[in-house]
Amino acid sequence: MILARVLGNVVATQKNPRYENARVMLCRQITPEGVEMANTLLALDSVDAGEGDVVLIVQEGWGASTAATGKAGAAIDSAIVGVVDRIDLLAEETAQ
Amino acid sequence: MQLARVIGTVVATVKNDSLEGRKLLIVQSLDAELQPQGKPLVAVDSIGAGKGDLVYWCRGKEASFPFKREDTPTDCTIIAIVDSENHVWNGKRR
Amino acid sequence: MIIARIVGTVVSSQKDERLMGKKLLIVRPVNLDGTDTSGYVVAVDTVGAGFHERVLVVAGSSARLATGMKDTPVDAAIVGVIDTVDISPESS
Repeated sequence: MILARVLGNVVATQKNPRYENARVMLCRQITPEGVEMANTLLALDSVDAGEGDVVLIVQEGWGASTAATGKAGAAIDSAIVGVVDRIDLLAEETAQ
Repeated sequence: MQLARVIGTVVATVKNDSLEGRKLLIVQSLDAELQPQGKPLVAVDSIGAGKGDLVYWCRGKEASFPFKREDTPTDCTIIAIVDSENHVWNGKRR
Repeated sequence: MIIARIVGTVVSSQKDERLMGKKLLIVRPVNLDGTDTSGYVVAVDTVGAGFHERVLVVAGSSARLATGMKDTPVDAAIVGVIDTVDISPESS
């Protein structure tokens, strides 16, 4: 899984039927230290994440589909599966 | 999934049978500011997108799931057309 | 599979219920000479790995095949703690 910050969301009316009622969130990957990375991606929400939240994103189809829609077999490659409360790094990592 | 702009089309007469009748489009992925991110890719369309549309696409094995033939050999499929640039909320007013 | 070292932990209470009780660790892939790569991944621990240990991480849908990981929404799992790695001198 990767860590990311939720920037916002994307609205599409014309979409794959499995995306009905889904929240498509625009996210930017962060490092464990909390620094924003260049990589942005879309992920379906499954845990009621909101703008500004640091989240855990799974990037594997079966897990993402079942988390976001309750069923497998959807064209979904990423889903938010957790809102992060805290990241703890080992002391020597934060010193670097 | 990634935001992208449809920047072109591809025509291939000779192709795998399971791609018969599929529309192939060239997509340029975009970042949160809708600026290009990464190299353009060829995507299979599943939603009726056209040149100039703002879309998002799905990668990997899951990209073949929108099609009846689940063996469609694609790793990049357009699954939605974003209503407009104003329907991409990235936390900042444009 | 990749070789990585554990650099931290992630705490999340609002999460997919299938992740309840799973330990989430931040691991950084390392090169064969032991130096860090720039990336990281959050992986579920299945072996009781500890801080500073070098571990074996399996990524992708195979992560769900590890014992205890069946039908959980994960894409990376720690499946071993590495004791030693031997590389033949001519390939390094």
